[in-house]
Amino acid sequence: MEILFLLIPLSVVLVLLIGAVFWYALESGQFDDLDRPALEVLADDDSPHDPRNPRP
Amino acid sequence: MSQHSIAPALRERSAEAPAAVFLSDGADSCFHCGLPVPSGSRLGVMSGGTWQAVCCSGCESVASSILGQGLGDYYRLRSAEALGRRPESYALDFSVFDDPEAQKSFVHATPNGFEALLLLEGIRCSACVWLIERTLAAIPGVVAVEVSYATQRARLEWDPKKLRFSRLLQAVRTVGYRAHPYEPNRLELLQKEERRSALWRLFVAAFSMMQVTMYAIPAYLAEPGEMSADIGQLFRWASLALTVPVMFYAAAPFFRGALRDLRLARLGMDVPVALGLAIAFVGSCTATITASGEVYFDSISMFVFLLLLGRYLELLARSRAASTLRHLGALVPEVAQRLLDYPETLRTEQVPAASLHPGDLILVKPGEKIPADGIVQQGESQASEALLTGESAPIPKRAGSSLLGGSLNLINTLIVRIERIGADTVLSSIVRLVERSVMEKHRLVESSERAAGWFIAVVLLLALLAGTYWTAIDPDKALWVVVSLLVATCPCAFSLATPVALTVATGELARCGFIVTRSHVVEGLARTTDAVFDKTGTLTRGELRLTSLSVFGPLTREDCLRLAAALEAGSEHPIAKALAAAAADEDAGVPVATSIRNEPGGGIEAHVGGRRYRIGTARFVRAKAAKIAGEKACARAYLACDEGVLAAFEFGDELRPGAAAVVRDLRALGLRVHLLSGDAIGPTESAAEQAGIDRIVPEAPPADKHEYVRELQRRGAIVAVIGDGLNDAPVLAQADVSIAMGHGSRLNQISADAVLLSNRLDDLARAFRLARKTVAIVRENIVWAFAYNVVVLPLAFSGMLQPWAAAIGMSGSSLMVVGNALRLLGDGRRHDANAFVPVKNRALARSPTLGS
Repeated sequence: MEILFLLIPLSVVLVLLIGAVFWYALESGQFDDLDRPALEVLADDDSPHDPRNPRP
Repeated sequence: MSQHSIAPALRERSAEAPAAVFLSDGADSCFHCGLPVPSGSRLGVMSGGTWQAVCCSGCESVASSILGQGLGDYYRLRSAEALGRRPESYALDFSVFDDPEAQKSFVHATPNGFEALLLLEGIRCSACVWLIERTLAAIPGVVAVEVSYATQRARLEWDPKKLRFSRLLQAVRTVGYRAHPYEPNRLELLQKEERRSALWRLFVAAFSMMQVTMYAIPAYLAEPGEMSADIGQLFRWASLALTVPVMFYAAAPFFRGALRDLRLARLGMDVPVALGLAIAFVGSCTATITASGEVYFDSISMFVFLLLLGRYLELLARSRAASTLRHLGALVPEVAQRLLDYPETLRTEQVPAASLHPGDLILVKPGEKIPADGIVQQGESQASEALLTGESAPIPKRAGSSLLGGSLNLINTLIVRIERIGADTVLSSIVRLVERSVMEKHRLVESSERAAGWFIAVVLLLALLAGTYWTAIDPDKALWVVVSLLVATCPCAFSLATPVALTVATGELARCGFIVTRSHVVEGLARTTDAVFDKTGTLTRGELRLTSLSVFGPLTREDCLRLAAALEAGSEHPIAKALAAAAADEDAGVPVATSIRNEPGGGIEAHVGGRRYRIGTARFVRAKAAKIAGEKACARAYLACDEGVLAAFEFGDELRPGAAAVVRDLRALGLRVHLLSGDAIGPTESAAEQAGIDRIVPEAPPADKHEYVRELQRRGAIVAVIGDGLNDAPVLAQADVSIAMGHGSRLNQISADAVLLSNRLDDLARAFRLARKTVAIVRENIVWAFAYNVVVLPLAFSGMLQPWAAAIGMSGSSLMVVGNALRLLGDGRRHDANAFVPVKNRALARSPTLGS
């Protein structure tokens, strides 16, 4: 069971990492408009460079 | 009416098309807007290889722009709500917005260029958003485009060296929408920030709860002695590490709230929560450091998570409803045509409407809105003040008549002298009045908060008692008993009882077209004793419809109808709309009228199929003997040719379908129903009779209506007022619950407590019923929370409650409360074919009347 001494602290670090990722997603406005992405799938969109919703 | 096409080049192209193939037979619907196409029209666009007819040059230019950019998918994706709307065909010059002075108020500099926010008008479905985004994204020089359907706003970032701002506004116009530059007020920004941080706090609590519970489970499952002490300590320290962010960040609002409550000597829900959390955390930390006793980190995290969940749901419901309606589309146009040297010439310059001064003379063309209060200097026309008053009949205006800023000029060009601008206009003063009343509102206090206050006092007292009792008997246990008591009897269930039910109810109400913008609405609707209806536009449709057609000459009914619709085809007059609708109902193909001449106050004269016809007042039509009885008609028009009168049309304002039914339903729920109207006695009484209302007040100016409601309230009634026009604003502000009709004045929609977007009165009855059911469920929830706490208290007091049991009991009771609230789901669904389907699904449905 000694491996737990590695795993548990590792899990704490992981939690903090995931928290940081969610923070990033929230700040960059991913959760602001939940309706439009559903429609985007339907549109034929071939352009590689898209000025819509640029991410910093 | 002048038809100034935006894209004249396209007109020429369609004129080249061989007439034999591309002629409409009058039975088509316009490809773009869905309205009927006049027969003999040559207008159309090529879509996917097939020719599609359109009804006017405005629709033609917009459809051509859309198809020309390769965005034809729009017609496939859009919902049925986007139909029935003709884009404006007159040109607008946006170059005023390129002026750096003007841009100061809404343009910001960013590293990539300039950034601005736009308010979009005319969005009916998600496909409209898609269309605008794609159109703007395709313009070179645009760095970023983001359009939100929920708020109907767009954020634009562009390179000012490559692109002028006016080009962006023009681009939106060419696909048939209007964009206004927009500066969000501080309140909105603050609320957005509040929402974001609430979501973040919730996440922190949720994540911590999941992890810490995982760490805590081995301790619960292990037999004594099975788990070695240092592994146990490892878990405890890890739990502590992950609970710290919860205590100091996620739960911070509770501590702040508790401090505030204590300072005000009030017992709010935050006090026991903060107390419980603090004691549990300090106790658990002590236990971890001294390696003895029990830890409660998992309970703390779960506790905080459930409480935050309740608060977040509440916040979401309030802000989602409010943002949809806080859309302040311009009631007043942004630009005006100022006359330079009247009366010598009619030269004008385009200026921002905000820069007008009293005494300025401006030119207002038919179809344009009046920018400020003024007096007609020259010209004869009719104006529609429907946007302000909701009244459908147009008002004749001649030299000396006064005009309201925001009203629509209908027939002829007018020269107007500005009298009052900005904050002095009638419109602004009414806005201020409503704003003030809104801030003084909220007479209804949420009853659950009051009940909870008492309960909290009892729990705190018991916690104190338990603490002292156990300290005397077994000091080791004292702390844990107090903690488990505070945790298990958590106000979780209580604090979730109301918000969850309200959130579900608000969502269900929205699904039946009833948008709630303030938190007291649901409870208010349930407690309403008197419902007061406005007549015009609320109980009635608010627009003229053909009620009778009498034929005097040789032509048939259908022919007369077709001729009348043809003569009125280009007019904005409500009678014209009524005739167009009647012709569409009977599927009568409308011929094209030529050499149309309009006489304000009289009627229209034109040639159809080589003969001259006139439609209008009896005097204009030179009708002599024709007389029709009927005082109930709102308007009357006669059709005549050179030989004599052919027909007489009567128009009335019909009662909405379901008006009588809703009155009956409300009565059945125990409400008293009243009808107040500014209209004359005759129409008011007849409407009341048809609807089944016996308490009526006709010919009531806004002040009288306001007083009537006050009187009812003085006698102890809780009053709900349903209205639409601006002159209802003071009454709506006085009501306990104000409901604005969806088609009504924008101002009412913004300031009312709720909006009936679907304009269907049966949805109103459903809303009342749902509100009552919600309040019943909230009461059940509170009873349940109370009962649970009463059972758990003795257990906790006697020290028999283990920490894991406390946590389970807490989450179990909260889940019960949520589950009970979910019983409200499905009540908003209508059981008929015209269900108000959420837009997400609508956008996928193909419109049956259009090809693609």
